[in-house]
Amino acid sequence: MWVLLAIAVVVVGFALRLNSMLVVTAAGIVAGLIGGLSPVKILNAFGDGFAGSRSVTVFIVTLPVIGLIERYGLQHQARKLIGKLTFATTGRLLAIYLLIRQGTAALGLTSIGGPAQAVRPLIHPMAAGAAERRYGKLPEKLQEKIKGFAASADTVGLFFGEDIFVAIGSILLITGFVDATYGLQLEAIDIALWAIPTGICALLIHGARLLYLDRQLDALAREARAEAKEVAK
Amino acid sequence: MIKVEWFYWLCGIFFVLIALQVLNDRTNPKRIGSAAFWGVLGLSFGYGTFVVNKTAPAWLLGIAVIGLAVLAGSGFPGKGQERTTTQAERARFADKFGNKLFLPALVIPVVAALFGAWLAKVKLGDGSLLLQSGSATIIGLGVASLLALAVGMALLRPRSPAVPLHEGRRLLEHIGWAAILPQMLATLGLLFNASGVGKAVGRVTDHLVPKGSLIAAVALYCIGMAVFTIIMGNAFAAFPVMTAAVGWPLLVTQFDGTPAVVFAIGMLAGFCGTLCTPMAANFNLVPAALLEMKDQYGPIKAQIPTAIPLLGCNIAIMYFFAF
Repeated sequence: MWVLLAIAVVVVGFALRLNSMLVVTAAGIVAGLIGGLSPVKILNAFGDGFAGSRSVTVFIVTLPVIGLIERYGLQHQARKLIGKLTFATTGRLLAIYLLIRQGTAALGLTSIGGPAQAVRPLIHPMAAGAAERRYGKLPEKLQEKIKGFAASADTVGLFFGEDIFVAIGSILLITGFVDATYGLQLEAIDIALWAIPTGICALLIHGARLLYLDRQLDALAREARAEAKEVAK
Repeated sequence: MIKVEWFYWLCGIFFVLIALQVLNDRTNPKRIGSAAFWGVLGLSFGYGTFVVNKTAPAWLLGIAVIGLAVLAGSGFPGKGQERTTTQAERARFADKFGNKLFLPALVIPVVAALFGAWLAKVKLGDGSLLLQSGSATIIGLGVASLLALAVGMALLRPRSPAVPLHEGRRLLEHIGWAAILPQMLATLGLLFNASGVGKAVGRVTDHLVPKGSLIAAVALYCIGMAVFTIIMGNAFAAFPVMTAAVGWPLLVTQFDGTPAVVFAIGMLAGFCGTLCTPMAANFNLVPAALLEMKDQYGPIKAQIPTAIPLLGCNIAIMYFFAF
């Protein structure tokens, strides 16, 4: 039972934000020592494990071409396309962005979105602009709500889109880990296909909540106006 | 037969080239240690071939792996100055090339899927498979990346063939040691298995789950993934632990679940946890800071009501489709 200490090493190490590579290595050594492996056997396990799971890191071969198209303006072009879209409301805009973010992530184009690349310079200003056209100057509560949901559209879209693309760390970790540990021969594409049902659920749930956001904003704006009137009296 | 090992050598050569570039990069204040990191990594990809074939001792690679972890813990690899186009240049290029910029990137998923779905089943004259079994998608990814690069070079015509290498290094330096963290976690899984961690957790979970209840076991795996991810901030780290404890012994071995479905959905259940945790700072706290929010937990609050029903969906999907 003491071997469970190794899990505690992982949990505590990650929770304390220590360097993850050191945490993982320490946990492996602790597991091996408590599990009664000799030092040479532990080193052998590190070597066998690392060699057997090289497939996990192969996503790096996509970096030169992605870097190349970024150099020639990939993000600018994506921003131009999204900027062309016109929407009546904040919720509809964010719902369409969720769809675009998820769809492009599923094709491996994860670098065209992101909080720094897209949400701050583009998506949030468009979402806030749509709200201002509707409600006038935005009270803080509305601003905060729109910001939170703009960030969430990007994150949810990324998480449940990228897993449909084969060359992503999570897919490769699954196949690399179970192939090396349990001797299976899983195809990465089978894992990726099984990410689709959850992806659809994520799109429906979060998309519906983004569309509902318009009504919430309506209500918040009414409240804010009523409060303002009270103060004016 | 096309072997996946060829492709690992390609990755190894890529890392070694990066190491040589870093070694010559005087703008990188940590160039020696950084070059050592990428260099050792590149060599380990080639050496790994012999370890897998049992023609070279594994412990040597084990020492190299621990060396990589120590380098990462000491702050390597570091970044040099980025040598890429300016924002203004990129805007001009975007006007010039337009939507053609998406073309090279789209080659990757299309070709990789073609390999995984179709070429994986193609047999040679002697009846053996064209692509190494279980690795068709990975091989496809390698071919797809090279094809995409060829398309990109033909389309964009950079002034030197070294440009994509420099741009690849820019992205890789940005990721840093985190590039091999998933591989380290997979390695940890093997150590956990060899030391009996999975069996020990299994004894604990035996008391948690009513004997023979499939739905309880599925819920334990999915909720366990989410909770571990919330504590650690990383679904990748939760995966080997929960899979060794519940996913493999209970769901796949005992209940005979389909591995691809169980593991794919298990990971996604972990992602539901990522949506809820401040421990995943770069996904949840950084956006709040970038948007100058008063409430740094604003994005998490917007995500939790999605994460909870989605976790329920994952449990249902696994329960109905994996068994």
